[in-house]
Amino acid sequence: MCLDCGCGSEQVQIDGQPHACGRRRVSIETDILAANNNHAAANRKLLSEKNILALNLLSSPGSGKTSLLTRTIYDLKNTHEMIVIEGDQQTTNDAKRIRATGVQAIQINTGKGCHLDAHMVGHALEKLQPQAGSLLFIENVGNLVCPAGFDLGEGYKVVILSVTEGEDKPIKYPDMFHAADVMIINKTDLLPYVEFDLERCIEYARRVNPEIEILQLSATKGQGLGQWYDWIKTLEKA
Amino acid sequence: MHEISLCQSVLKIIEKQAAEQKYSRVKTVFLEVGRLAGVESEALYFGFDVVMKGSIADGARLELIEVAGQATCPQCSTQVALLQRFDACPVCGVTGLQINAGEELRIKELEVE
Repeated sequence: MCLDCGCGSEQVQIDGQPHACGRRRVSIETDILAANNNHAAANRKLLSEKNILALNLLSSPGSGKTSLLTRTIYDLKNTHEMIVIEGDQQTTNDAKRIRATGVQAIQINTGKGCHLDAHMVGHALEKLQPQAGSLLFIENVGNLVCPAGFDLGEGYKVVILSVTEGEDKPIKYPDMFHAADVMIINKTDLLPYVEFDLERCIEYARRVNPEIEILQLSATKGQGLGQWYDWIKTLEKA
Repeated sequence: MHEISLCQSVLKIIEKQAAEQKYSRVKTVFLEVGRLAGVESEALYFGFDVVMKGSIADGARLELIEVAGQATCPQCSTQVALLQRFDACPVCGVTGLQINAGEELRIKELEVE
């Protein structure tokens, strides 16, 4: 039925006129994210064929994603082949920080976009041509909202929260913490100086996602990094 | 503002369907949006008008069909109406309910000419 004039509805009869304004309804029944999900599936297939473990790193701006990444690269460089896809709205600063460690990195600038999508990552993979068996880090745009819904074809989603933020972020941004496989609580060396309720943060995260793995570390001081590397190594064997 | 990119995906889908379903103008877009889908209606309306400009859906109306959140308790199997993702089961208090509805983001149908 036409919403403006009611034509097509049996109740509407206009004498002497086979009323029809030419409007009709067509069924679409398509998921809006279907195209992204198809690209993600293609990425996932390619990564699995090449036996590449891909981790999608997600957080607010300033939680220490890039610091964790540079430290991880530094520590695992001798045992792992690694590549990095960097997502930011502007600048190639982060990719430069990564390349300074000697690892291959490609920067995606999303412009006005607030998240990476699977299509962008597909093109980045074409360009990077990662070696079989390598470890791929995708550093998403700093944002706890939008990237949650966009599957990139990664193996696991890693959400990073630092103790200089509020401990209630898991319930403020539940979609992200629900989607994540692991939550890293970063900057734990600052715990004595900030009012961050660690127990409560963990409780909030489990409330949104009972399965979520939780790691506590300081990317700059190094404490707790061993668990993070063990977690990565366990997945590589899986 | 990922609502803008969602609207761009909507436009791609309706442009692609135009030849198949033989229409040249889109007057109304009916979108199913789950309450837990993480989108803001106001931002969708705003993004929709901007993105559809100059396309076959220029000036089209966006009709949102809200889908309520619905879940099953993994412990006591109670059917729970979810307002937020982290709601606990009102019967046994367990969290981490199995979500059955409310995450939809679908183009349901179009009114076309």
